[in-house]
Amino acid sequence: MTEQEQRLILELGNNFPLTSRPFREIGKRVGMSEEAVIAKVKEYLEKGIIRRLSAALRQQHVGFTANAMVVWQVPPERVEEVGRKLASFPEVTHCYERLPTPEWPYNLYTMIHRPRREECWEIVRRLSEAVGIKDFLVLFSTQELKRSNPQYFTERGEGSE
Amino acid sequence: MPEKKAVLTDADRRLLAALQKGFSPVPEPFRELAAQVGMTEEALIARLRELKEMGVIRRLGAIIDSRKIGYTGTLCALAVPPKRIPEVAEVINSYPEVTHNYVREHETYNVWFTILAPSHERINQILREIREKTGINQFLNLPARRIFKIRVNFDLEGSHDRAGAAPDPGAGE
Repeated sequence: MTEQEQRLILELGNNFPLTSRPFREIGKRVGMSEEAVIAKVKEYLEKGIIRRLSAALRQQHVGFTANAMVVWQVPPERVEEVGRKLASFPEVTHCYERLPTPEWPYNLYTMIHRPRREECWEIVRRLSEAVGIKDFLVLFSTQELKRSNPQYFTERGEGSE
Repeated sequence: MPEKKAVLTDADRRLLAALQKGFSPVPEPFRELAAQVGMTEEALIARLRELKEMGVIRRLGAIIDSRKIGYTGTLCALAVPPKRIPEVAEVINSYPEVTHNYVREHETYNVWFTILAPSHERINQILREIREKTGINQFLNLPARRIFKIRVNFDLEGSHDRAGAAPDPGAGE
């Protein structure tokens, strides 16, 4: 990736202008035409480098205050099937497989965001029944210590929020 | 300044729902979005600016797949004596590569954070430094092996149309 492409990605991701012609504005900053910027964005969308042009909302502000990380202990031969099944629930926002460690035997991780804890528990019960896994932990967050945007291509990215 | 909880109107919710579904790489993307929600482009841009200032919108723009541009991430947990959480959090949060950090309810592992960095070496270096600076050696390092889903689309309108769900960029570890 060239330095110009790195700057382009940085501007698109962390510095997107709220103006009528945002791609023209970004083009000015990185020395490209509006058409070239749009062509690059299309290319990145196709390659999956950009997942989408969208927004991330602060969940507390939209009422989703209960944040549960559910960790599941799944037999290795069932990880694929159970992972897909858990991911298929609309209430599950993230579903990752992680390697277990001797002191932490959990290998599937799901996130659930809801307005209230009881709702999280209700969903967890349904998930557990659907996949037939009883070995799990629900770790609710009690405090947000940091939440910032990824700092790409910066030596020691100064600007974390 | 303490963060105030924002009051969202129905129009805001429609706007945010449309925004979460995504906008197009066209010369005037906000005009297109405005047409979808029945606003003028000027009013939409003005309101987006306010929502961003209020902190309702954490980030707007391209959601990057960090892995595709060579970044690697991990989820870590640290066993922190509750009284030491503020001080330890300060050490952890001082790294720009730490993107999320939460206190979670667990009898041992109570501080959970994600690191996103250009290399495994850098991640290991950060973990080593955190251990050295805090003296806490009970920790978990849990890199993802496979991603089944990354998606955060808050159901703002009470509908269950999640076809255009937006992933949470912050979670791109």
